[in-house]
Amino acid sequence: MKLDDTLLPILYMLAAMGFILAIKWMNSPATARRGVIVGEIGMLLAVVGTLLRFEVVSYQWIFVAFFLGSAIGVPIAYIMPMTAVPQRTAFSHACGALASALIGTAEYYKGIHLGTLTTVEMLALIIETLLGFLTFTASLMAFGKLQEVLPQRPITYKGQNFVNLGIFAAAAVTGIILVVSPEHAALFPVFTVLALLFGVLLIIPIGGADMPTVIALLNSYAGLSASAMGFVLNNKLLIVAGALDGTSGLILAIIMCRAMNRSFSNVLFGAFGQLQTTAAASEARPYRSASPEEAAQILDAARTVVVIPGYGMAVAQAQHKLKEMFELLGKRGVNVEFAIHPVAGRMPGHMNVLLAEADVPYDKLREMDDINPEMPNADVALIIGANDVVNPGAETDPKSPIAGMPIIQAYKARTVMVIKRSMNPGFAGIDNDLYYMPNTIMLFGDAKAFLSSIVKELSAIGRAA
Amino acid sequence: MGNYEFDLWVFMLAAFLGFQLIRGVSPLLHTPLMSLTNAISAITVVGAILITGERDASLLSRILGFLAVLLATLNVVSGYLITDRMLKMFKKREPAKK
Repeated sequence: MKLDDTLLPILYMLAAMGFILAIKWMNSPATARRGVIVGEIGMLLAVVGTLLRFEVVSYQWIFVAFFLGSAIGVPIAYIMPMTAVPQRTAFSHACGALASALIGTAEYYKGIHLGTLTTVEMLALIIETLLGFLTFTASLMAFGKLQEVLPQRPITYKGQNFVNLGIFAAAAVTGIILVVSPEHAALFPVFTVLALLFGVLLIIPIGGADMPTVIALLNSYAGLSASAMGFVLNNKLLIVAGALDGTSGLILAIIMCRAMNRSFSNVLFGAFGQLQTTAAASEARPYRSASPEEAAQILDAARTVVVIPGYGMAVAQAQHKLKEMFELLGKRGVNVEFAIHPVAGRMPGHMNVLLAEADVPYDKLREMDDINPEMPNADVALIIGANDVVNPGAETDPKSPIAGMPIIQAYKARTVMVIKRSMNPGFAGIDNDLYYMPNTIMLFGDAKAFLSSIVKELSAIGRAA
Repeated sequence: MGNYEFDLWVFMLAAFLGFQLIRGVSPLLHTPLMSLTNAISAITVVGAILITGERDASLLSRILGFLAVLLATLNVVSGYLITDRMLKMFKKREPAKK
């Protein structure tokens, strides 16, 4: 008894402090690893404290679950390639959300049995399970799309938004009835199914280009669900940790939306990235292309090169070849920097992690707003697997689907080089005028293969000199 | 003051704190940040332990709680390990080698 009254609240408070410091120290790569350690300590204190609580008497199930969870979690953490980070993140959102929904379900049946549920508890419980179940299926769908088990293009049908909102309304109404009179236990499974279904429907119309926003939003939901659990259990630690996670996801989602100049509702219900079949059937326009040899010479002659990577770099796994090129050019006195658009890739920060994996020093990774003023001074802008984020149409064409989206102003560089498989429009199916500009050179081929050729040419130049 | 009112205050203050902290995080680290907060939100393991370990928990509670402990542990373990694995890769400059 004594332990619970005195020691436990302190342990929980220390755990909350650990989590707060962990996030605080993420503001710089120099302190971030320290942050992970205090986060781990916080978690350890919370778990040990909870295990020592007097109402916890049966341990065998818990330890078996600890063991199994670790047995699955450790290999995932070490074996998973860095290119699979977006999928892993979606998967862990699914796990976290399901965990909190299952606890909510157990709490509900326990509360019904004892008849102790108050209206406030019931409201928190419904929010917890609603967010938990819908985030579970939504994250699984996102995982499927990122893993390319499911088609990445948005799938739409007539009346889709109507159906989605209808399902959500049905879930909400069922939830409210349960809050008012929890004893209608038959409604709980109905509520569960509606929430699960809504999660699936929510992601069906989402395209790959919107994944960074959606992943961040699901992160937020999972956190809010945990926070709601804190209200049910009257546990401040859960409330604080969940609120931190919830706001983190929300802020990232807002940053992503701003980086695309779009609203939440547009991302969730806009089905961005459908094939724009109405766009004028692309008449053949003239463009220039070049061989790796010519590209290498242009790069070698440059003083400043800005590399703009996109999802295509991740798909081609071209980051290591890019690093080789970066080193060779660096040795020859060319200043190479990397311009990272906030929504490049499939999740916030995706490009940074891949380039860090390839050992590119992080002070060479520049943010969009930071590097744009310097673009006119760049001799070469080298675009690798990015498309919409460098499309000048966003600035010049008010009718473009991406009008108003902030872009990296690659077109201002003296020479623009684009590594691309073919002239086919990119993921969002939006034509890109950049490719037809007089100072643009198209480099056709697989990003990794083409960069290898450039690296080979550059080493040859280096030896000849 | 009701319990839930106190809880709401805690939530409100934590949310504001979260906003302030996250705004300070460099976009460079947005991916590790997400995996870190993911691990932190697996604090739901506390709720899962309470449900699973109770003396007179029903079989349903035990099964649901067991699954929840498993899932949350998975997130704690893989979340922290992956965050650390990612952060290890962020280096400022190559050690000078000629």
